[in-house]
Amino acid sequence: MLKNSTSGYGLVAIALHWLMALAIFGMFGLGLYMVTLNFYHPWYHDALETHKSIGILVGLALVARVIWRISNPTPAGLSAKPLENTAAHLAHMLLYALIAALLVSGYLISTADGRSIDVFGWFQVPSLLQVENLEDSAGEVHEFLAWTLIVLVVAHAAAAVKHHVISKDNTLRRMLRPGL
Amino acid sequence: MKKLLLALSVSAAALASTAANAADYVIDTQGAHASINFKVKHLGYSWLTGRFNDFSGKFSWDAEKPEASAIEVTIKTESVDTNHAERNKHLRSKDFLTVDQYPTSTFKSTGYKVTGKGTGELTGEFTLHGVTKTITFPVTQIGEGKDPWGGYRAGFSGTTSINLGDYGMDGYLGNLPVELELNVEGLRQ
Repeated sequence: MLKNSTSGYGLVAIALHWLMALAIFGMFGLGLYMVTLNFYHPWYHDALETHKSIGILVGLALVARVIWRISNPTPAGLSAKPLENTAAHLAHMLLYALIAALLVSGYLISTADGRSIDVFGWFQVPSLLQVENLEDSAGEVHEFLAWTLIVLVVAHAAAAVKHHVISKDNTLRRMLRPGL
Repeated sequence: MKKLLLALSVSAAALASTAANAADYVIDTQGAHASINFKVKHLGYSWLTGRFNDFSGKFSWDAEKPEASAIEVTIKTESVDTNHAERNKHLRSKDFLTVDQYPTSTFKSTGYKVTGKGTGELTGEFTLHGVTKTITFPVTQIGEGKDPWGGYRAGFSGTTSINLGDYGMDGYLGNLPVELELNVEGLRQ
């Protein structure tokens, strides 16, 4: 059961969802942590390099996820109220958009001087845009978007829990079990 | 004809005497014949160099009266450039220059002591990161004279060393000496 049906998610969509959820929480924590490290900390360089590498991988996962979403049926919302289903759908779109913008802003910080991003030594992502002091504006946007994303992620998770506990429907369960 | 020659030589002498008065020079940042560079030791193993790309200033200089020299330089701190975007961003942050709060750094001379031909000691108020200190450092005249395009130029170089901690940047690199180098060429006004 790899593909989605109109009522439930397939294994690929579920795997991509939880992989990105894990990466986003991890990256938020790592991001907040790495900027507090002082120059002499052993992780001063590795924390940033890891953050950049995972960021690029999340970008690839997001591209795969969007392609998969377009080429698969999207399971319909389970709320009885159409407004709630529409709100959930808009929240999902906003989550994708925020993740994409967050990735772009992060990429722009590290590539502002023409340097490429080295992903765990496997491959490099070249710089495409160099503007004077771009690292500063991109940095402010990156921090703002990170907090915005986390607020929306918390709302998204709270809504899933509400569906599970209060509405007692399959919303959360079908994101854990393929083909439900 | 003789009269004309005389008149010419008199006006030439007049010109020459004007030139002997302290003249005002504008630092040629327009043509980038000036630079503010710094270097700091990376872990004690090597020199890391950087510069401030955006600054402006003027000075007065008279080879006959060097003790009357004066200089004023204003540096835009956000123009700090170490050829590495992530490091530049860090240097502009509150860990170092805090450029949002302290957008400019200035040096205003208060005195110049001649120590030799074309050398001297410049004293002045240096403001960095909102902290003003009086510093004295040696300067050398590199040269002066007419340029090929109708102007007159004079150039100097000076170096000094500061500690970031003395200017309120007393973080983990606060006691690391930073060598500052000022190279200016002025275009006489």
